[in-house]
Amino acid sequence: MASLKEMRNRIGSVKATQKITKAMQMVAAAKLRKAQDAAQNARPYAERMGSVIANLAAGVSGGDAPRLLVGSGSDRRHLVVVATSDRGLAGGFNSSIVRAARERINALLNEGKDVRVLTVGRKARDQLRRLYGDRYVGSIEAGGNPSLEVAEQISARVQELFESGEVDVVTLMFSRFRSVVSQQPTALQLIPVEVGAATTQSESTAPYEYEPDEQAILETLLPRNITTQIFSAMLENQAGFFAAQMTAMDNATRNAGDMIASLTLQYNRSRQAQITKELIEIISGAEAL
Amino acid sequence: MAAKLHFSLVSPERELFSGDVDQVDAPGSEGDFGVLAGHAPFMTALKEGQVRVYDNGRIRTFNVRGGFADVTGEGLTILAEHAVEAAEA
Repeated sequence: MASLKEMRNRIGSVKATQKITKAMQMVAAAKLRKAQDAAQNARPYAERMGSVIANLAAGVSGGDAPRLLVGSGSDRRHLVVVATSDRGLAGGFNSSIVRAARERINALLNEGKDVRVLTVGRKARDQLRRLYGDRYVGSIEAGGNPSLEVAEQISARVQELFESGEVDVVTLMFSRFRSVVSQQPTALQLIPVEVGAATTQSESTAPYEYEPDEQAILETLLPRNITTQIFSAMLENQAGFFAAQMTAMDNATRNAGDMIASLTLQYNRSRQAQITKELIEIISGAEAL
Repeated sequence: MAAKLHFSLVSPERELFSGDVDQVDAPGSEGDFGVLAGHAPFMTALKEGQVRVYDNGRIRTFNVRGGFADVTGEGLTILAEHAVEAAEA
């Protein structure tokens, strides 16, 4: 049985921990709002980009279409880009992305494909580097807030691997931010570009005019599209990370509260037991006189 | 009153402008061009320069770098890699 002083210290330390988790929860909540706004603000650009590409892709004929759009004609070598956060303490956020990525990689390996892994964010690096040894081609740190510069860096790396013919298909794994309580690990194919159906009807009536020409526009647009996709994935990740952290820290705070309650109960019980014992000793001592 | 042109200017970070205007001038890679309502479908790369938005005699100017202008039946969309509103002259 722990002494009263030991129990007091224990309660004190749990209280200190609770203060930390509570502070982290509030910080995450504040940052979540900002990250959510950023993700929302980036959406129009990504959506427009998608529909522009869909329109363009519909117009470009098979033979001379850029390789980023149609792929290299093979699907043997896959690159899986796994994007997580740099930091932890966010419940199962990063592990669920990594788990989904592992399942995907193993499925591809079972199909006899060649797989390369590129990670974004420190957590993915830590968990995947050892596991995939020589399949692992590198990592890029996500940095504090998602920035277009980092997205460009990743995009350049991905395109370099594709252009040099080392990989045929590129997939990005990240966590889609559905709501504060739900983040869904998602796979998004970057190369070849998955094109949605061309949605605008007006094109059929009036032919588009292009300057300089379709080919040239598509060739500059496609790399930008990859950057944009990566950038918006990073923003979604960021929002999801803070949401997960907020939830995790909320749970931790509540658990610490429960623990304090039960420790305090135990502490009071043994304190009263000791007082009762002392009283009995005094009374029986007095009676003996 | 002539019909208005729907114009939106978006950068990866945010949507800078969205609304109905009279005319937009933009720096196309093959030369500057102006867009009025009812322009034929048209798409071009942009070079670095200024986008001028005319509405009811007022002019707003944005500095853009890298991007695309896409004119459809619905209006004009500019996707700019970097865009900031120039200080009011």
